[in-house]
Amino acid sequence: MTGGRRIWHLVLVLTIFSTPLVIMYVYQVVDSMASPEPGSLVPGPIDISNWRFLWERIDTGRPSIWVVTLNTFIFACTTAFLVTLLSTTAAYALSRLNMPGRPYFLGGLIILHAFPTITLIIAIFIILQFLGLFDTLLGIILVKAALELPFGVWIMKGFYDTVPWEIEMAGVQDGASRYRVWWELVLPQVKPGLAALLIISFLSGWSEFVLPLVLAPGSSTQVLATYMNAVIQDDATADFGLFKAIGMFYSIPVIVIYLIFQKQLMNIYGGGTKG
Amino acid sequence: MELRLEKFTKRFGTTTVIEEMDLTVGSGEMMALLGPSGCGKSTTLFAICGIHKLSAGKLYFGDRDVSNVPAQGRSVGVVFQNYALYPHMTAEQNIGFPLKVMGQSKSEIRAEVERLADLVQIGDLLERRPAQLSGGQQQRVALSRAMIRKPDILLLDEPLANLDAKLRLEMRSEIRRIQQETGITAILVTHDQVEAMSMCDRIALMKDGKIIQLDTPDQMYANPQSRFVAGFLGNPPISFLEAKAGETLSVNGMQSLPRPTSFSARGDVVIGIRPEHFGPQHGTGLTGEVIFVEPQGREELIDIRLDGGGDIRSIVPFGVTVRIGDKIDWGVAIENILIFAPNGDRV
Repeated sequence: MTGGRRIWHLVLVLTIFSTPLVIMYVYQVVDSMASPEPGSLVPGPIDISNWRFLWERIDTGRPSIWVVTLNTFIFACTTAFLVTLLSTTAAYALSRLNMPGRPYFLGGLIILHAFPTITLIIAIFIILQFLGLFDTLLGIILVKAALELPFGVWIMKGFYDTVPWEIEMAGVQDGASRYRVWWELVLPQVKPGLAALLIISFLSGWSEFVLPLVLAPGSSTQVLATYMNAVIQDDATADFGLFKAIGMFYSIPVIVIYLIFQKQLMNIYGGGTKG
Repeated sequence: MELRLEKFTKRFGTTTVIEEMDLTVGSGEMMALLGPSGCGKSTTLFAICGIHKLSAGKLYFGDRDVSNVPAQGRSVGVVFQNYALYPHMTAEQNIGFPLKVMGQSKSEIRAEVERLADLVQIGDLLERRPAQLSGGQQQRVALSRAMIRKPDILLLDEPLANLDAKLRLEMRSEIRRIQQETGITAILVTHDQVEAMSMCDRIALMKDGKIIQLDTPDQMYANPQSRFVAGFLGNPPISFLEAKAGETLSVNGMQSLPRPTSFSARGDVVIGIRPEHFGPQHGTGLTGEVIFVEPQGREELIDIRLDGGGDIRSIVPFGVTVRIGDKIDWGVAIENILIFAPNGDRV
């Protein structure tokens, strides 16, 4: 740690500011497995009964945690996949093709991105009801993907804009079709954006609460966020230990993804390719 | 293969960039499209390679009318100003890409890439990616990628603009060598007259979407047909002086030069004197004061303000010692001066 001495004051400042966060996370873990006596901060004896939701139904009216997790996973993955696929193609068109109404489309994207989702919820409810997609996973997947698209398209357009035109011209000169140029020459240049968008929209789907709550209230379509909500709301006696354990379980994938993909996520702020 | 543009017109929306341009580049010839920025030279290049559509007119490669053939079907190799190498591919994959698109086998591609790499002397760099190559090396990769399909026409868009001075000199002769070795018909787009003159068989000098003179470099330098051409070619540039043609050429009312024998017009004219045609080695004739001296090693560039007004530039061999403020009386190689009417036409 030769560099450590030079940046010690920076580390100190960061420590001061992140300590409260760290304490919160530590007690999330501690409370879920070794809950302290009321009024005390010293962890009590280890007791994993809060994690019982993993191997038994916490009460008869609720679906198994694994069904809920699978629902959440399907919801987040499909949304991420849809958003990435559509953003990648739509952003290319917006960045490169001279289509009519392009400036208005771009302006519309920004407005949609800034628009508060919750104000649309009644209209969306009516549409889903009309289509027979109310209280189905497919319904909320479509809605979530549609609401994420403006952000995705905008981000991907930024990445495409950094790819020099000449690369495409050169590809066309080399005899490749426009589609092949996109697939073989342009897409590799925006890979960092693709990866980041995929991860971000997965995480956004994973943590989505309002849409499933309103548009898929049935127990068969429950996702982890609404499951937790139900746990804390329904009982006359709120079991905070259980709630914290489920919260831990819920955040593990997010933490793992952040740890693995830090670099790819930072790309969205860096933008574009190097060299 | 011969390339022929007939009445080529290019419009963007309502603005006409190029109007009814005719140009023929002979087989195996290297032609420069030279001109200031915005003159339409790049537009012409993009029309030839198929990126822009012709608004009107015809384009022939040999006897084949390719006016409406898409870029992929034209057999044109292009070297772009920023090389446009594919950053995620190695040099070898870059050079081989056109053949891969054609569906050739790996071993065929490998053999062709090696042949090209030898031609441009980058055989030992094939595993590297563009980011690991220097500017000159990237240029060579771009050149071999453009040539690997054995195209009928090679187009070079400002190929030397992004190189430093020394490399530029090296690549100038290198590109010319490769062009002559392969006998390919080539068009070089540039705004640098030195590049155009040193690399090309003929130069088409363009301005405002028109070719104003098409000539060999020597002819264009010695015999420009307008003031614009005279001013565009030559480094250091030619000096212009306003004059009245009577019995003699009267410069700024105070000094006079004899009339060149071949010259007959009278009245207001503009005379152009190249720096090498004015100096102590040509005797005496014009007097003035030295206002600037720029040593260039082998020779010196001297700016002179003439008595009575008007600036003129001279280039003299190293050893002629003058200083700022010195009074001089130097001669003009009078048969070499260029005379233009006030509207810029040669008279």
